[in-house]
Amino acid sequence: MDKNLKKPSEPADPLSEQRGKAGDKPDADAIGDSLNFTRRRFMGTVAAIGGALGVASLTSGVKTASAKEFSGSSDRYGVLYDLTMCVGCRSCEKACNEENKLAAPKVPFDDPSVFEETRRPMVESYTVVNRYPNPKDPSKPLYRKIQCNHCNEPACATACPVHAYNKTAEGPVTYDVNLCFGCRYCMVACPYYVPAYDYNSALEPRISKCTMCDHRVKHGRPTACSEICPTGALTFGKRIDLIKVARERIMKNPDKYIDHIFGEHEAGGTSWLYISGVPFEHYGFPTNIQKAPMLENTKGFLSTVPLVFTIWPALFGMLYAATQHRSRSENGTDHEKTEEKK
Amino acid sequence: MSNENLAKTENFRSTFMEKLRMGMTWQEYTRSLITPFNIVAALILSIGLPVIVMRFTQGLVVATHASNEYPWGLFLGWGLFGGVPLSATGFVMATAYYIFGFKDYHPLVRLGVLTGLLGYFFAATYLMVDLGRPWRIYFPMIMGFGTGSVLFLVAWHVSTYLTVQIIEFSPAILEWFKSKRVRRWALMITVGMTIAGIILSTLHQSALGAMFLLAPGKLHPLWYSPYIPIFFLTSSIYAALVMVIVVSTLCARFLRHRADDTFLNSLDRLTMGLGQGAIIGMYIYFALKLIGVAHDDNWGLLNTPYGHWFLVEILLFVLAPAAVLTYGVKTHRVGIVRFGAFYAVLGILVNRMNVSIVAFNWNLPHHLHHIVPPWHEVAIVASIATMHILIFRWIVNRMPVIREDTSYHELH
Repeated sequence: MDKNLKKPSEPADPLSEQRGKAGDKPDADAIGDSLNFTRRRFMGTVAAIGGALGVASLTSGVKTASAKEFSGSSDRYGVLYDLTMCVGCRSCEKACNEENKLAAPKVPFDDPSVFEETRRPMVESYTVVNRYPNPKDPSKPLYRKIQCNHCNEPACATACPVHAYNKTAEGPVTYDVNLCFGCRYCMVACPYYVPAYDYNSALEPRISKCTMCDHRVKHGRPTACSEICPTGALTFGKRIDLIKVARERIMKNPDKYIDHIFGEHEAGGTSWLYISGVPFEHYGFPTNIQKAPMLENTKGFLSTVPLVFTIWPALFGMLYAATQHRSRSENGTDHEKTEEKK
Repeated sequence: MSNENLAKTENFRSTFMEKLRMGMTWQEYTRSLITPFNIVAALILSIGLPVIVMRFTQGLVVATHASNEYPWGLFLGWGLFGGVPLSATGFVMATAYYIFGFKDYHPLVRLGVLTGLLGYFFAATYLMVDLGRPWRIYFPMIMGFGTGSVLFLVAWHVSTYLTVQIIEFSPAILEWFKSKRVRRWALMITVGMTIAGIILSTLHQSALGAMFLLAPGKLHPLWYSPYIPIFFLTSSIYAALVMVIVVSTLCARFLRHRADDTFLNSLDRLTMGLGQGAIIGMYIYFALKLIGVAHDDNWGLLNTPYGHWFLVEILLFVLAPAAVLTYGVKTHRVGIVRFGAFYAVLGILVNRMNVSIVAFNWNLPHHLHHIVPPWHEVAIVASIATMHILIFRWIVNRMPVIREDTSYHELH
């Protein structure tokens, strides 16, 4: 269907946008509701104390409990990364650097000395390629390009208190430096340790991470890295199609690949998908990623917020009234006693 | 007319200055400031304050490890996660006194509220030092609503609760200025403010724990639990009770001349009562921690290095202080109760630092090497903690906190 129907500039809220995109899914509405009701939380505080919103909040909470997983809109883009085909040429690093106008690297992109240490994405590099020994054939080392995986339901966006992160309809998870106040909770939340922070800047520190070339992808153009890749290790396309491609490759070459598409289900699924010939932990992929989006972990807690706002005032107000009543009637009894004495 | 105004202004200015100097002349006042404690404080500040300036001119890189794997360090681990539970004193004492009707605790209510107010103020100060762009601190309120974020909740609640606590403490400030009418207005909304305090505290104390729910793969499974919001809330309540014992003990020892007889004479009895309350909270918390282990069936992890450290935390820093307090209460020895309270406060800090620093990223290589803070970070923390003590003392020295202003007595 028409992917351009939803421009990323249009929906300010990724969550409400997900809701709109997946309107045909019955459970998506429930999720949208449960997320949006947290927005109502503070608006509703005053009203909630009066009890006006109490019932509405309660029902939202119940819906949350029954909400199912939501794996993202079906026509999002992604990149399939076939780790068996990567030769460590680092042309993706170079293309990324140029496309995003990043600072020139200290070591040129054709210098293999960088492989001597394991690197990670930093302020000056949204993506890096690392080298790993090959357990099958020591003469052919393995390579892995690291960048943001662009989760379907990003933990960074869930963590961000100022809504600086946005999951666009086309797939990229974008970051708005104009909103960021530098709390770095996104770095705590990201299960892949992707966001990097500019600790050297006193006045304009920012988070850096792969943009998935949002400016290209929103027009249906591939990311700079996948366009340049000379070996075909990176394939750009609709995520839903890429999963089929990945499955087919694994099915046709069961000896070449392990039976796992990394990113299909990890943390609710990611736009970047990986297939590999050796177990993913060999490349340093985290192996303890839960299937459910991270969002699910805090949803239960946040759903108690309206309950506390409604029930606590009544409960503690009543306790106060009870205390007052008791002390009044005690005083009253004293008063009567003195009366009696007279 | 204008002369009269001038005289009034001058009159106000001189009384105000006199209040600041506590009735001393400038000479006397300056001389009274030279004490061993102040000299140590000045030394700490002379090292720490320049480091704070460096942090704001050269970036966090000069003060912290500046690691992309360890975005948070001592500022939040000690200042925010450790400071906020120990500042639950205001909400716990106000609730006990105003809502539950524990009228005997009147001499300690203001002290609890002041401890809470300053605790939150300085928790916010640590946060401001840690934030990349602290001048955008208000952004969650106006610029971007990350409504699905637990930190959004914390930001709103901590700022709202700070305001609530200023209102709660305002009668003391107004009495200092001998105000009658405004003070009465402030008192009128006390119960409402107290209930607001309960709501906000319940939510943000537990939210500080809930923040870690987003990092299941990073926090060690013995500390990561779906119950973590409950752990944080429950422990904050007993933390408040033992913290009031600690602060009142320190006040009775070092600021004795600012306390009235009501405070000093009732303190031992009230300390016993607070200790008793804390014991209940601590045993409940200990039971909850065991339920947490059982819930995820993590018993097998207990016999690992991190499991041993976990056992140290819950046995030596929860159960042991609870046992000390129990012994003190049972044998009516207030000194032992006080010791148990200091011990329990230490236990709270150990737990919060474990969650936010020691057990966080436990599976990264060279983890324990990474969590040792650089001296700059320690210097900043030490200087903020010193300012905390100095401002606390400044207020207790001047305002009726551990004494009643006799001219307001009839109004209670």
